[in-house]
Amino acid sequence: MDKLEYTTLGQTVHHCLLPNGLNIYVDVRPEFGKQFAFFATRYGGMDLRFRGEDGEWLDTPAGVAHFLEHKTFDTEDGNALQRMAANGVDPNAFTSSSMTGYYFDGVQGFEENLRTLLSFVSVPWFTPESVDKEQGIIGQEIRMCEDDPNDEAYYRLLEAMYVNHPVRNRVAGTVESISHITADTLYQCHRAFYRPGNMVLCAAGNIDPQQVVDIAREVLASEPSSAALTDHGQMEPNQVEERLTRRTMPVSMPLFALGFKGTPAAKGAGLRQRLVAELVCDVLFSPSAPLYNRLYEQGLLNSSFGGFYSDGPGCAFIVADGESRDPERVRDEVLKEAGRLAAEGIGQELWDRLKRAAYGAMVRRLNSMEDTCVELAEAYFDGEDYLSFPQVFQSIERPDGEGLLRSWCVEERAALSIIAPEN
Amino acid sequence: MQQHWKRLADGVELAVTQTDKFKTGLLAVALTVPLSADTATTGALIPEVLYRGSRKYPDMEKLSAATDTLYGASLSTGVRQRGESQCVSVLCSFIDDRYALDGSAVLEPAAALMGEVLLDPDLQDGVFRRDYVESEGANLADRIQARVNDKRGWTIFRLIQEMCAGEAYALDKLGNAEQARNMTAEKLWADYQFLCSGAKVTFYYGGAAQPARVEDAVRRSFAPILTGRTAPVDCLVVAEPKGPVRTVTDSMDVTQGKLAMGFRTGGVTIGSGDYPALLVCNALYGGSANSKLFVNVREKQSLCYYASSMLDKIKGLMVVSSGVEFSQFDRAQESILDQLSAVQKGNFTKEELTAAARTVSNSLRGRADSQGQMEDDQLTRLLFHFDQDGEDLIEAVESVTADQVVEAAQKLKLDTVYRLTGKED
Repeated sequence: MDKLEYTTLGQTVHHCLLPNGLNIYVDVRPEFGKQFAFFATRYGGMDLRFRGEDGEWLDTPAGVAHFLEHKTFDTEDGNALQRMAANGVDPNAFTSSSMTGYYFDGVQGFEENLRTLLSFVSVPWFTPESVDKEQGIIGQEIRMCEDDPNDEAYYRLLEAMYVNHPVRNRVAGTVESISHITADTLYQCHRAFYRPGNMVLCAAGNIDPQQVVDIAREVLASEPSSAALTDHGQMEPNQVEERLTRRTMPVSMPLFALGFKGTPAAKGAGLRQRLVAELVCDVLFSPSAPLYNRLYEQGLLNSSFGGFYSDGPGCAFIVADGESRDPERVRDEVLKEAGRLAAEGIGQELWDRLKRAAYGAMVRRLNSMEDTCVELAEAYFDGEDYLSFPQVFQSIERPDGEGLLRSWCVEERAALSIIAPEN
Repeated sequence: MQQHWKRLADGVELAVTQTDKFKTGLLAVALTVPLSADTATTGALIPEVLYRGSRKYPDMEKLSAATDTLYGASLSTGVRQRGESQCVSVLCSFIDDRYALDGSAVLEPAAALMGEVLLDPDLQDGVFRRDYVESEGANLADRIQARVNDKRGWTIFRLIQEMCAGEAYALDKLGNAEQARNMTAEKLWADYQFLCSGAKVTFYYGGAAQPARVEDAVRRSFAPILTGRTAPVDCLVVAEPKGPVRTVTDSMDVTQGKLAMGFRTGGVTIGSGDYPALLVCNALYGGSANSKLFVNVREKQSLCYYASSMLDKIKGLMVVSSGVEFSQFDRAQESILDQLSAVQKGNFTKEELTAAARTVSNSLRGRADSQGQMEDDQLTRLLFHFDQDGEDLIEAVESVTADQVVEAAQKLKLDTVYRLTGKED
């Protein structure tokens, strides 16, 4: 086991690579009452085409990773959710476009709960009856999301931005796509993605790292395994597929999501690109930058406005979303400001201040064991060292931000998705 | 972790949790007044106008630059409801001095910034700036009207409006859209004067600094509101429904129905001796992933996409909230009530009881791992002065018996049912 020391942050993370290919990270926090464990696979809504066990490429319906997440809680003798809940912990899971993670936090019974977590995630149990039943439950969830104007604006934006990349699919799929899922599909996907070499275990709290490693060794298969092979489609063009997409829903004010299609980072440069792109989001959308204030005062934006950066294998993009009486005007103003900053340069004072603020915000986030574990897992999948962010910040300068503004924040890379009121 | 408490003046208190387990410090001040139809809108609008700018940082850009300089301190102003009180708060979370790259102190400038925002707003003709009042009034009105976008929250909100009609509790803590849109700077300024001189004032700090240092920072930055005041904080508890069960139905353009059911707890609230039993009863019935509602109504019968119960521990209410197919309203409601009568009859296993008690005690213990949750708990404690501290309550929860749960369940009386259904076309 290695001990990774991050002195600036006062953090120590224990790391171990098991012979079966599983990486384990433990963030020991003696002062905390809770323990947290996060067991994740590099498998999300965008991983629809992959190489199966026999070497054949398989195509699966949209929504299968999320469907599998729901069914993973089933075990031969019942349901892990209830079993862990009976132990006083509330296990949960989420599926993003590039990851599925299972987790629990609790204040007692950590060892037993960790055993249960590792076991139910790694041992599949699907029956045609339970898959049928889940189609109803997930169908409801999908309909609920389709009623949510924010979700709708976001997914319509991704569809407008991307031509080929499967990030354009809804993580949960559609009622139609999930109707093609069978118990066999789930077994195939489980075999490909839920093997130790494709997964990571992160834990935090008042726990003994050696114990975490011992339990993982004991519960999980011991034969070596490697990461799954996935195919995210043809090279994506730089420009967006559609510049404007619009629909109506029962909302009181128009909602919008404005996206800029970026270029995925080179291997090993993901954390750096993320910090630069997040700083660019701040330069454009932060309340301490000029644009936001101006649009707010003109009544074009309210406090629901904000921006973020997101990426995954083969895709990277910036989104700004919010409510506005005139989303197209907001888009034009953002493009104009990005053009101005790219041409005139970002003010040094603004840049330094935003960098200091971004550093502090990331330090603050470390309070949360949940956020820290999820970040460690994501960084592992991306081949990054998350807690090196203080050093990465020091290496980032203004021209990095200006370069990104110049290449990403331009008309042909911008798409706007609007949800307008019905009347 | 050490707790400290001090009265700074009559009606002005400071609580400190000293601990170095976090990367950050959190400082909060709350001004609490009774929730009333006359002042709810101003109570909700004042924090928004304050957040627009102080004399020293007169616009959002400058204010936001000030928090950036404090290492991205998160400054927020807002309004919360506690029972039938409205609390206007300013909160700031900032990195601890240990992590400041230039080694400077962050607590004192953060307290100073909060004091300026709360007590030294940017003025025009001796009252709040009219442009700020006007635009924030419009934003608040929009927010009130946007409540309907979140159907789950809206359903509970509508249930409470119907169930507690005539009680201050049913008032929207955000106030009234019409009033917000037509607010004048003079009216807002007058209410602000009362808020500063007449509200109950509570400060909370959680973090690594010594209590004496915190008190010093508070005294320096908030002097104008450290004056004595009589500011009682009350909440009317209605123990039983006033009449037979009422059912209210609204229709809207939605694809999934929502069902919310409101119960009175028989007068059991946070200060009551049987409060621990009510907590366990709620967890067993609908407040956890192994609750009756989750296991039976959602998982086994697939009647609801979600079904859970929650308590208002100050007002003495329990609300069941669920999402259902339009065709299943009656069956879902029946099943939700069946599960309650199972608890009332003691039809639950020892394991269910232990699991429920554990869920509650774990969640109470876990709150000490979050500065935000500790602040929220301390606010309730400072306002309502119940004696049980965290550890006592946890012990009481863990020793709740099956009989006590049955007793708490039998006191739950259904008051009002609210259904949100689709539009026929």
